[in-house]
Amino acid sequence: MEEVKASMAGSVWKITVAEGDKVTDGQDVAILESMKMEIPIPSESDGTVKEIKVAEGDFVNEGDTIAIIE
Amino acid sequence: MIKKILIANRGEIAARVIRSCEKMGISTVAVYSEADQKAPFVKMANESFLLGPPRVNESYLNVDKIISIAKKANVDAIHPGYGFLSESGQFVEKCDAAGITFIGPKSEVMENMGSKIAARKAMQKAGVPVVPGTEGAVESVDAALEISKEIGYPIMLKASAGGGGIGMQVVHSDEELAKAFDSNSKRAETFFGDGAMFMEKKLDDARHIEIQLLADQHGNAIHLFERDCSIQRRNQKVVEEAPSTFISEGTREKMGKAATDAAKSIGYTGAGTIEFLVDANENFYFLEMNTRIQVEHPITEEITGIDIVKEQINIANGEVLSVKQDDLSIDGHAIEVRVYAEDPVTFFPSPGHITTLQVPTDNHVRNELAVTSDYDVTPYYDPMIGKLIVKARTRHEAIAAMKDALSKYQIDGIKTNISMLKEIMNIDEFIEGKATTSFVNDYYLPIIKSKTN
Repeated sequence: MEEVKASMAGSVWKITVAEGDKVTDGQDVAILESMKMEIPIPSESDGTVKEIKVAEGDFVNEGDTIAIIE
Repeated sequence: MIKKILIANRGEIAARVIRSCEKMGISTVAVYSEADQKAPFVKMANESFLLGPPRVNESYLNVDKIISIAKKANVDAIHPGYGFLSESGQFVEKCDAAGITFIGPKSEVMENMGSKIAARKAMQKAGVPVVPGTEGAVESVDAALEISKEIGYPIMLKASAGGGGIGMQVVHSDEELAKAFDSNSKRAETFFGDGAMFMEKKLDDARHIEIQLLADQHGNAIHLFERDCSIQRRNQKVVEEAPSTFISEGTREKMGKAATDAAKSIGYTGAGTIEFLVDANENFYFLEMNTRIQVEHPITEEITGIDIVKEQINIANGEVLSVKQDDLSIDGHAIEVRVYAEDPVTFFPSPGHITTLQVPTDNHVRNELAVTSDYDVTPYYDPMIGKLIVKARTRHEAIAAMKDALSKYQIDGIKTNISMLKEIMNIDEFIEGKATTSFVNDYYLPIIKSKTN
């Protein structure tokens, strides 16, 4: 089980996976927008997206969980 | 007569406008978001009003709220600064409808120059050379791929309504173009409400040189010479200087004349800048026009002695320009560096809490700051937190002054690009005045990578 966390504070610009999708190590699960820049948030393991904890447009702080990979 | 101005902006430019207003005896009104409650500009203004939550759509882009505060505070005029609403023709129209003077050009002129596609056409009509590229918006990825055969890679893919590097990307192959087209178009649609894209030939080893203009409502236009802004990261400027070390006096005159002729031909009023790309043979091509004050305006002020904000206000007041072209000359050399809250290697943003801020205060140094010590830099806005400007008799002395000033600049608590700025000042290509728009990739990053390996 891996919790994919926000690497910095920002708005969720785009969620690039859906619950149930298979992901690989390094694949982006979401893109944050912080200080007018897009920040990719990758998974750090292979697995299946069990849960997405945020919605596009949400504001997240550093360390907030974006998704759970099983 | 303008006696009270609302500044529809934040950060260092809001503070900068307030300072000129104070000198002119004009009262000021600040507007701020919840994220900026402790910002220096809020305290500097005579009156301050809360706009709303941090997000720009609910604060600094909230036109109706800003107009309503302007009416409530009974201001005569609104200064838009740069970014946000500074190039919104709709905002100008709403100011006009409310009987409030917008400090800038007329809405139709602004709209025309705000569309990069329309601006290219207007400049071609005025006889100004433009970068080879598409005449209108590119409709689809397929059309873009077809056009790429004529233009040839590398190609600059740009959002027509874009700015600040958003919706802009260099592509080197069909594969990159296909991948970039839709994503950039979508971003442009979200940020600017217009997803139209166009394509230009990317000129390698070109210099980004721009001409500062002032034009009054009586048909007079002058230029305040050029700024060289070639050193950029993520297509955004990092180091600017005036004058340019590259162009000859003849090219300076030609570029200045082309810019003032263009301003007159489009009926421009206020302060504005025409950006050019200049190739190795000093051929210059129109890139875009900024119909507002720019971040790097201080270096022009330093070498000409003109207060550009004061001139903007006087022009909006209907006054005739106080100086003529022949009255102006270049005095010395000025350099500006932008201090960004970001990682100096990856250029990723670094919001957070500034614990300590100490800036150089020598006579030849000018600081334009958005922040203070014990201050939170939020993720909501641009990463620029300050500008450091030096002026000296010669370029050599200006570089030495900048090195000295940077050595005294201290920010703790967040990552900044100060180390990058220091490194740039020591790179031979910069010292020799050879920097082009490829400088960061060609010289800065290789040095940093060799040091970290």
